[in-house]
Amino acid sequence: MFKIVKREEMASGTVVLNEIEAPRIAAKARPGQFLILKANENGERIPLTMAETDPQKGTVTVIYMVVGKSTELFGRLRVGDAYQDVIGPLGQPTHIEPGKNVVCVGGGTGVAVLHPIARGMKNADCRVTSIIGARNRDLLILEDKMRLASTDLHICTDNGSYGRKGFVTEVLKEQLTRGGVDQVVAIGPVPMMKFVSLLTKDFGVPTMVSLNPIMIDGTGMCGGCRVTVGGETKFGCVDGPEFDGHKVDFDELILRLQAYTEQERLSHGRCKCEEGARA
Amino acid sequence: MTSTNKTPRQSMPEQNPQVRARNFEEVPLGYTPEMAVTEAGRCLQCKNPACVQGCPVNVDIPGFIKHIAAGRFDQAIGKIWERNSLPAVCGRVCPQEIQCEGNCLLGRKGEPVAIGNLERFAADWERAHHVCELPSREKATGKKVAVVGSGPSSLTVAGDLVLKGHEVSLLEAFHKPGGVLVYGIPEFRLPKDIVASEVSCLGAQGVRIECDVVVGRTVTVEELFEQGFDAVYLGVGAGLPKFMNLPGENLVGVLSANEYLTRANLMKAYLFPEVDTPIPQGRHVVVLGGGNVAMDSARTAMRLGAEKVSIVYRRSRAEMPARGAEIHHAEEEGLSFELLVNPVRYLGNEKGRLTGMECVRMELGEPDASGRRRPVTVPGSEFTMECDLAIVAIGSGANPLLTRSTPDLPLNKWGYITANAETGKTGKKAVWAGGDIVTGAATVILAMGAGRKAADSIHEYLTWGW
Repeated sequence: MFKIVKREEMASGTVVLNEIEAPRIAAKARPGQFLILKANENGERIPLTMAETDPQKGTVTVIYMVVGKSTELFGRLRVGDAYQDVIGPLGQPTHIEPGKNVVCVGGGTGVAVLHPIARGMKNADCRVTSIIGARNRDLLILEDKMRLASTDLHICTDNGSYGRKGFVTEVLKEQLTRGGVDQVVAIGPVPMMKFVSLLTKDFGVPTMVSLNPIMIDGTGMCGGCRVTVGGETKFGCVDGPEFDGHKVDFDELILRLQAYTEQERLSHGRCKCEEGARA
Repeated sequence: MTSTNKTPRQSMPEQNPQVRARNFEEVPLGYTPEMAVTEAGRCLQCKNPACVQGCPVNVDIPGFIKHIAAGRFDQAIGKIWERNSLPAVCGRVCPQEIQCEGNCLLGRKGEPVAIGNLERFAADWERAHHVCELPSREKATGKKVAVVGSGPSSLTVAGDLVLKGHEVSLLEAFHKPGGVLVYGIPEFRLPKDIVASEVSCLGAQGVRIECDVVVGRTVTVEELFEQGFDAVYLGVGAGLPKFMNLPGENLVGVLSANEYLTRANLMKAYLFPEVDTPIPQGRHVVVLGGGNVAMDSARTAMRLGAEKVSIVYRRSRAEMPARGAEIHHAEEEGLSFELLVNPVRYLGNEKGRLTGMECVRMELGEPDASGRRRPVTVPGSEFTMECDLAIVAIGSGANPLLTRSTPDLPLNKWGYITANAETGKTGKKAVWAGGDIVTGAATVILAMGAGRKAADSIHEYLTWGW
């Protein structure tokens, strides 16, 4: 059992942070790696990239949006409750090259995954320009932390309720036009990563994206997380989660992420009904 | 003796095929005590039993059968436990027809003694009655052994070494112990509570079972030694799904058998939405491959409500590597066989979902390296099969996750660990390996046999040195 020692709600309660006791994992984890979490006996194994690790305290932190039954169950766990299973650290850690001029682009809960990478890069003497976005002000997360982890921070909201009105790609385009960018890191919803990658390809700037395909074991055993990268099939869990954004077949990834949409809706609907019946 | 030969082999009662093809309950129902005694009475009690030689872990087969024949069921299971800690599993999934039963003298003229059914009976009887005492542990040696993986070979190593007085930790990457017995073999062939019960026996004997530990990620082999382990056994299985690299393979609806079976077995997705893990519901399902895993996948698809399930295999029936009993069960349950057929591409719709498979017909040519006749494409034989779920069960390779994190561990060119066939010793000091990560995908009992030899060698090392 893996006890929750801290729980926070963000983005008007739609996003939840869990800091979890997992000393073995915390001792090994590096930025960019992910965990698989399972709430209870009948639960699904859900992959989530770590937002924070604290080897001294022996804890790892995940930040997730409540979107289906599994994340709904995760969200109901309180401080003192425990995940039945936490497995990790899985996947390859982020490769950080010191002294580079980097633009970090984050959308939605992707910002939570982006943060330790941006911080790692800043600590490695990179110049880190971050652009983070959300649909509106209420949904924006980790602004303060991102400010600390960045040399410069730009904020966008789709409706203009905070920062600049518009998409992260618009600010990114300005940065790229100005020139001198060595690398772009983009983490967020798949369409965002797709459009960032299309844009940076035009400018010839290497771009790293972090993917979260459907998977079960996270150790290369099921092959459910297949992603086409540069015409080759890769496993998101062991070859990733980070890939060259210019080579990823995002359209295929979007379709594969919808493999269980119907079942997920059914499962989540039943879960809400049970909760409703109890209330 | 002549009278025993006249008693026919007691056939195993089974669920009716039409009924069982739509449920996940076990297919064979087990012997009654009367049937077991009658069947045990057929054994000739040979002085030099060939059956024992056919058993990779050398169970004293005439010995345990004699007890059953005399109605001493508690002593029968005790006899088996001397050599085999997983009898309820082995009685169900061992290929007895090419091992113990294949060697049975009675089989030369008629039907061999149903050794597997009797082993299963003894184990099931004990599980229901709990009268037999577990073998006792020797004095503690103070030596620590890490057993990586918790499939059949690892369970055997752990069971053997804990009895010899060593401190044994079993490290499993998944959230449940049992390895392929839990994620691979379906409930209707091997009920999961049986695996849990055999594993919990090890726990009761003092093996420390730790799940959620991915050796290679959570901890490395080197770190296990730093943490004070004196020896490490690697029994991590093959665990890398093979695909055919066909166009359209990443369409939604194309799954590895590993994924399909793990969803169904480990995650119990056949109970969805009572459990949270979904599984694709195919109407027209094709399963690619001709081995036991292909049969397991196909029979699972049938139970999940498919209208039609076809096994697509590029050679003929005679070359199918699956056990005869599995093929027979699959046929009884209404699965169809598309033999001498090979897929060339998957077809999909605009939503990226599988709708069909383009195939060619094959014919058998000259024998290849495996001695089986090589299938060759029949020119102009292209045709399309409609399907909305394709399960790829063409075998598995060596999963590199652990081996890549252990750079000084010698591997062969396919990535399997090189280990001495007699001892399981690898090229790295104090590290042993066995089971599928050494041999490639094989059977439960062969993995157990490898575990037994490695356990003996580890014990020798812990007593005398490398």
